[in-house]
Amino acid sequence: MSVVDIKGLTKRFDGGTVALEGIDLSIEEREFISLIGPSGCGKSTLLRIIGDLIQPTKGTVQVNGKSAAQARADRDYGIVFQDAVLYDWRTVSRNISLPLELARWSRHRRAERVKEMLDLVELIGFERHYPWQLSGGMQQRVSIARALSFDPALLLMDEPFGALDEMTRERLNLELLRIWEASASTMVFVTHSIAEAVFLSTRVVVMSPRPGRISTVIPIDLPHPRTAAIREDPRFFDLVTRVREALHLGIDVDRQLAAPSREATS
Amino acid sequence: MATIAAEQPAGHRRAAAIRSAAGRVGMLVLVLAILWGLWEGYRWLWIREGWTWPFVVDSTTMPHIYDILRQLFRNPTSGAGGDILLVQLLHAAWFTAKEALVGFALGASFGFLLGVVLSQFRLLQRGLLPYVVASQTVPILAVAPIVVVYLGSLHVAPWFSVAVIASYLTFFPVAINTLRGLRSTDRRAVELMRSYAAGRLNILWKLRIPAALPYIFSALKVSATASIVGAIIGEAPSSIQDGLGGFIVNFNQYYSLAPENLWATNLIAALLGIAFFLAIVLVEAIVVRRAPEHVA
Amino acid sequence: MSTAPVVVQPVPRGTLAGRVGKRMVDWVPALVVLVVVLVVWQESIEIFHIKKFLAPQPTAIASTFWADRHELLSAGWFTFQEALGGFVIGCGFALLCALVLARWRGLGRALMPYMIAASAVPIIAFAPIMNAWFNPFSKGSKMAIAAVLCFFPVLVNSLRGLTSVRPESVELMRSYGAGELETFRRVRIPTALPFIFTSLKIATVLAMIGAIVGEYFGGAFTALGVLINSRSTTFQFKEAWAGIGVACAFGIAFYLAVALVERLALRGVASTGD
Repeated sequence: MSVVDIKGLTKRFDGGTVALEGIDLSIEEREFISLIGPSGCGKSTLLRIIGDLIQPTKGTVQVNGKSAAQARADRDYGIVFQDAVLYDWRTVSRNISLPLELARWSRHRRAERVKEMLDLVELIGFERHYPWQLSGGMQQRVSIARALSFDPALLLMDEPFGALDEMTRERLNLELLRIWEASASTMVFVTHSIAEAVFLSTRVVVMSPRPGRISTVIPIDLPHPRTAAIREDPRFFDLVTRVREALHLGIDVDRQLAAPSREATS
Repeated sequence: MATIAAEQPAGHRRAAAIRSAAGRVGMLVLVLAILWGLWEGYRWLWIREGWTWPFVVDSTTMPHIYDILRQLFRNPTSGAGGDILLVQLLHAAWFTAKEALVGFALGASFGFLLGVVLSQFRLLQRGLLPYVVASQTVPILAVAPIVVVYLGSLHVAPWFSVAVIASYLTFFPVAINTLRGLRSTDRRAVELMRSYAAGRLNILWKLRIPAALPYIFSALKVSATASIVGAIIGEAPSSIQDGLGGFIVNFNQYYSLAPENLWATNLIAALLGIAFFLAIVLVEAIVVRRAPEHVA
Repeated sequence: MSTAPVVVQPVPRGTLAGRVGKRMVDWVPALVVLVVVLVVWQESIEIFHIKKFLAPQPTAIASTFWADRHELLSAGWFTFQEALGGFVIGCGFALLCALVLARWRGLGRALMPYMIAASAVPIIAFAPIMNAWFNPFSKGSKMAIAAVLCFFPVLVNSLRGLTSVRPESVELMRSYGAGELETFRRVRIPTALPFIFTSLKIATVLAMIGAIVGEYFGGAFTALGVLINSRSTTFQFKEAWAGIGVACAFGIAFYLAVALVERLALRGVASTGD
């Protein structure tokens, strides 16, 4: 059974913009999927539809064998945004335990799990800190800890490292892979960075805009576990080039199709 | 970008805290000394030069500060027995404070509830918001004498009428700011709560209300002052003898005979207002933890 | 702990129209509420046999107002002049001080806690003293009260606005070789305008209160506050409420006038206020 099963998904916003059209995608357990594409290709919209934060216009979305709405009610996924969205009035610990409070876990169980999570993202010692006392990278690690705290099968991430500098980003990429292994979850990761997509994923889904469509899916057959050295492997460069070409292909096709009509934003 | 927290040795931090506290006390003493100096200096200069603008300066209109302070330790009523002025004023201040406190508590509670209700029901918001806003432009204190006299004729205890005035002054600012604060939450934070399948109530309790606290406390600080003002003004027309307002009215009548009494009363009233305000500031410091600002 | 939004009103986003709705039909609920309240007020006094002299009906108040309208309006105008004078003096002086303290920001920061504490003082309690300083029958005595009431809130909020500029904006100006004066003109003052106008609107209310309540402690017989006070102490509640109505009308008009100026001055900038 796939963790995520999407068939014939179309999303049209009020005002006529077609954000997504005819999306078919199937994500298996323990995969690491990256969604990459230029602005307006609908990758963030797709992510939110999987999370039942936006409703599709047509098509079906199954998460964990249930409807997206049911999956959300059952808390089958965690979500991480580009902005950490931590609550300023809660300490790091209480931020992480927020979803657990909502799921009515006992205090004891919550405390245990928070400790596990802090260990996982290597932030032991920062329990009583407030978000504004942490750096951007640390805030994102808290956000990831929070998303994983209730052991979801699926983790949705919307350009989580987009606001960070390159070095922090590369370091957090390695962190994320380690966390992925340790938590045995499935990842759906939206990004703008080709290198990041190739480095992290088992498959890269390249999308094209207007209307948002999947143009290619490229399997990444680099070995696991990935190390920093892989970035210098010739096979890595090949794959990056393949992804880049697929992106350009998508944009070129789009330009040809869109020649007579005006640019629309999505 | 926020800095990574650095752990300073506990000893250093304590020493720094003591230094800053001492600095603040020193500053306070300095400011008071300067104000005292300005008062006496103005007084001396105006009397010496005989200037009459903006107002005539003599020992009636501007008593020496020393005389005002000394008056606090005298018994203002002629005849033996009775407490010194300071003690009487403190009792009066306590009386007024209780009225203001009751009013403030009632007004803040109802204001908060109204704000929450209005935030959840759009139709009610449309119906009531214009009046809630318009009421802020109404000189509410103007209604004070009528309310007190009127409620008095209904056999309501005078102190409660005053509390009603204080609650009215608190109610609307708190309601408006609660509503503003509740509506000010980040869209992304709400999405996050929905991803946790949080219901409306949970979103309200765990996200919107904590996010609204800075706004609510802003209103509470203004209202605390307004409650004291409302209490003092409310006492005046009905000449409630036990409160500061009553003392002000009495001493006003005999101002030319003993101006120090009125000034002393105003001093205590000022301190009461500041005390109320600081109490809220203290509660806010404990309850509301937010990032410090980066501004020039 | 920062002395951040203390007595500063958070600058509200969006106007009343924005939150109630821009279409006529959005204002229907408010109209319904008004009608219902008036009707209930009017009828319940009949139904519950409440003594009319204690709780006058809206119609009675309206007819009293109409009968006394000349006296009430001229009294209202007299009092309004006091409020306006105090407003101009108090706000003007406050803005001046705010500019000075924003120029010498160290002094401003040091004094901020004291200014905030000063605005917590029940200044209205000094009304009797103002009456002792100035002739209580003159407009000046009430202008003084109104001015002092306006001073601190406008000062605190304006100073906050002038100093809440992002460090990057100041750095940008410096990179253009702009001096303090230029930075003031081009960055600080525009940033401060929403804060200033918010506080000016609050000040209109404070000025009216200062004038009217000041008159409760003694004032000219042609003044609105004195009129209201004497009517209520002689249990002429209809007349007193009519007077209150006039006071409210002047207060709202004053507030709206400032709001209008604000709308014009902040065209294109995020407007404040309700």
